[in-house]
Amino acid sequence: MSDNDQQLRVSKIRNGTVIDHIAGGQALNVLAILGIDGTSGDSVSVAMNMPSDRLGHKDVVKVEGRELSQDEVDVLSLIAPAATINIIRDYDVVEKRRVERPSVVEGVLECPNHNCITTEDEPVDSRFAVGDDGVRCEYCDTIIRDDLPAHILAE
Amino acid sequence: MRHDHIISAKQLSRGDIETVLDHAADIAADPGAFADRHTDTLLGMLFFEPSTRTKMSFTTAMKRLGGDIVDMGSVESSSVKKGESLADTVRVVEGYTDALVLRHPMEGSAKMASEFVDVPLVNAGDGAGQHPTQTLLDLYTIRENAGFDDLTIGIMGDLKYGRTVHSLAHALTTVDASQHFISPESLQLPRSVRYDLHEAGAGVREHTDLGEILPELDVLYVTRIQAERFPDESEYREVAGQYQIDADTLAAAKDDLTVMHPLPRVDEIAHDVDETTHAQYFQQAHNGVPVRMALLDLMLGGDQ
Ligand SMILES: [Zn+2]
Repeated sequence: MSDNDQQLRVSKIRNGTVIDHIAGGQALNVLAILGIDGTSGDSVSVAMNMPSDRLGHKDVVKVEGRELSQDEVDVLSLIAPAATINIIRDYDVVEKRRVERPSVVEGVLECPNHNCITTEDEPVDSRFAVGDDGVRCEYCDTIIRDDLPAHILAE
Repeated sequence: MRHDHIISAKQLSRGDIETVLDHAADIAADPGAFADRHTDTLLGMLFFEPSTRTKMSFTTAMKRLGGDIVDMGSVESSSVKKGESLADTVRVVEGYTDALVLRHPMEGSAKMASEFVDVPLVNAGDGAGQHPTQTLLDLYTIRENAGFDDLTIGIMGDLKYGRTVHSLAHALTTVDASQHFISPESLQLPRSVRYDLHEAGAGVREHTDLGEILPELDVLYVTRIQAERFPDESEYREVAGQYQIDADTLAAAKDDLTVMHPLPRVDEIAHDVDETTHAQYFQQAHNGVPVRMALLDLMLGGDQ
């Protein structure tokens, strides 16, 4: 079965973004990163643990009526490095992108160090440098390696 | 120097370090020659947690350069108590002064504060994070006593929470020192420091027993193990005793071993060590003044 056939299992969208090749089980974390919790009225479809030649199992997320910004795509790379982003307009894929790991993510993750100044009520966003195998707080040096989604800041 | 703000020992290159230490040596040799260097300079002292020694050391350094200080006073009596943010406090005080010294209980506070001000800011300790001027005076003391060539140094005690250790370890990678870390397993170096040392290609070994490595050391840097780090008192007592030294312990060391400690000590160095030629911790503390004078002088444009 081709990827295209699989996508048909989830309803086609007219305009918006399809995020494909998310590692199996990470779809909800992708939604968290995008700040999608169902309250904003976005129409969202999620398919989890679909068979995939490339990943074994993959998740697919479709967001109707919203085109992801490059910033959002960059941040997705932290938990879905293999993801492909398809921008859909009028049922057609008008743009296909791979994610790229940014060198820095700002305001996305909460520092797990409760004694870090970024966790205080100060006019500063958290800022993490992205490394090969984790991210590191640029203020207190704390490294997050395995459990990134647990540190995603609530919107 | 290329840096307006001194936030972390990590930002200091070997060249920067040598510049500060050389200048400190010049100042130590003839402090009077620098007495009128900064007569119009006001240094803002922002100490959000008590640290009498560090504060006195900076105050002395500024006054010995001919300048003066303005002091925010204790946190209890300031607007901070009313909930003012650190970002606001530093933006207000920078308007009064030519440079700022910040001591704050939270990690990353100095870096954040420096992003809000244009005057130079020196980190005088941010939580368990960085304390670069302590590192510079440590390096000064090491260079005076043991030199930087073929240096073998042991760093012992609370390596997990001791910020002086983290800064020093990083700085020592710039002089290719062979570093030995001696601590209970529960107080070993944190992940981020190990990562940095590894990245820097540093020669690092970890020990739980000082005896294993003591005879090879040129410098032994001792830090305090704090009782509150342990879940219960008996566990602390069991561990702490293994990391105390006295004159007998040092019989196994090289004759010219230098013993250092950032002070205050409690009982990790017995008083009988004070009388030996190994003891350099009081000199180390005194070195804080010329080193901070050098740093302030360089930051405030003394090299022009
Ligand atoms: Zn942090």
